[in-house]
Amino acid sequence: MGYLGEIFVMAMTAIFIQNFVLSRFLGLCPYLGVSKKLDSAVGMGMAVIFVMTLASAITFLINKYLLLPYDLMYLQTIAFILTIAALVQFVEMVIQKNAPALYKSLGVFLPLITTNCAVLGVAILNTEAVRSDGLTAYNFLDSVLNGFFSGVGFTVVLLAMAGIRMRLDMVDLPKSMKGMPIALILAGIMALAFYGFMGFKI
Amino acid sequence: MTLILLETASLFATIGTPVLIIGALGLLFGLILAIASKVFEVKVDPRVEEIISVLPGANCGACGLAGCAGYADQIVNGGEAVNKCAPGGAAVAAAIAKIMGMTAGAMQQKVAVYHCSSGGYHNTKWKYNYDGVTSCKAAVNIAGGPNSCAYGCMGLNDCVAACNFDALHVDANGMRVVDYDKCTGCGACVKACPRGIIELAPINRNVHIKCSSKDKGPDAKAVCGTGHPCIGCGICSRKCPVQAITITDNLAHIDYDKCINCGLCATVCPTKAIEDLLVGMRKKAEIDPEGCIGCTICAKVCPVDAISGELKQLHTVDKDKCIGCEQCVPKCPKKAIEMV
Repeated sequence: MGYLGEIFVMAMTAIFIQNFVLSRFLGLCPYLGVSKKLDSAVGMGMAVIFVMTLASAITFLINKYLLLPYDLMYLQTIAFILTIAALVQFVEMVIQKNAPALYKSLGVFLPLITTNCAVLGVAILNTEAVRSDGLTAYNFLDSVLNGFFSGVGFTVVLLAMAGIRMRLDMVDLPKSMKGMPIALILAGIMALAFYGFMGFKI
Repeated sequence: MTLILLETASLFATIGTPVLIIGALGLLFGLILAIASKVFEVKVDPRVEEIISVLPGANCGACGLAGCAGYADQIVNGGEAVNKCAPGGAAVAAAIAKIMGMTAGAMQQKVAVYHCSSGGYHNTKWKYNYDGVTSCKAAVNIAGGPNSCAYGCMGLNDCVAACNFDALHVDANGMRVVDYDKCTGCGACVKACPRGIIELAPINRNVHIKCSSKDKGPDAKAVCGTGHPCIGCGICSRKCPVQAITITDNLAHIDYDKCINCGLCATVCPTKAIEDLLVGMRKKAEIDPEGCIGCTICAKVCPVDAISGELKQLHTVDKDKCIGCEQCVPKCPKKAIEMV
């Protein structure tokens, strides 16, 4: 299998089989919180893709050149949170100055995902991940791509959820089921549906 | 003694490295952020904050921008007009103008106007019996809506639900009534209507096209529940003394900036698709015999030829013909025409 095939496997795994929200149950807060409207879900999704890709890149470097040489793997969580938080803050400042239009669409969501567990999750999982041959550890490009596809997987599920919830708003529900209760049931059913992908082996 | 020293040294070696590395990392990031906050500083004009505090904070979007904060930002940085906040009205416009150090332009109060005469219990033709969720947005998805006219009101009152100011009510016949006192012209109902029937019109305009149908004449007539569709014949457009009416896609549209409320179009419309709220309430023109010099200017501007009289003779107004458009009043050089 060539490298393109490797990327395909990575994408399918990140989006469907090991979806961050519905299989790993990471990043549930924005999944339930920002899925009421489709347009804010789009903004959130784009911000998550952006931050996950960047975070994967920078944490890979931190891990490889700082933590591994000094045998400090147990400090992963602290080091990664520190790095991601600083990175997101920095990026926010840069785009606020240089790309105000982009800042308007992503700006509100960036601080929200500074310490999102899905972002931290992708950073930590990248350090343990191996390619489909089961041996080779992820290199820099692998990590960045995995971060990107994980973000895409998050966005796909978030958009599906927002779409369904907008339709649910028009349905005549019992009063006690309106809002969050039906959203949680919906999340459960979606997770069950994604459980069907688990059996796939690419 | 040596042993203790050695142990302490190894302890420092164990704790020291991680503390040093994480500490250095934190310090580095801190420095980078501190420098970045200076380099990438975006100056926020204090006036933006002031304007936000003056605005109603309803985030209704009537100004056409994303919320009150967006509007405040555009006033200061984008040169947006200060009188666009519909719910705030003249008071807010004046307050913003004070902050910006200029005078507020005239604030034109607008209200919602329905361009459809149908949509009630008794005046709508139905294609099928809709029994779903009571929402226009849901109903419109099923075979193009339950009413026969693809442009008409479905009467499921999404607009009433969207109104934040309790200005829309449903009367005994199932028709929507706009409360002009409460309507702020925020446009929430305009956005809520999937048919796009509602338009914001200046409150002092009293002649409205009561149809949104872009169907050709015979088709529009066949499906209209009230039998008063606009068939796009263009008579109103030709008769309008100020050319305020245009016909596009078989539908007449009144340009409210040009309209003078004369109501002539409503009287000539063959299908009675134009509503005139002032009908029977207009004053008639009367020429003062003392002042008239017989210049014939008034006779020339009269759109309905209600003024007769020879050159240099006293002119008279035919009260039956006069529609009270007041076109002649400002034209008279001697100010001899009065509305009574």
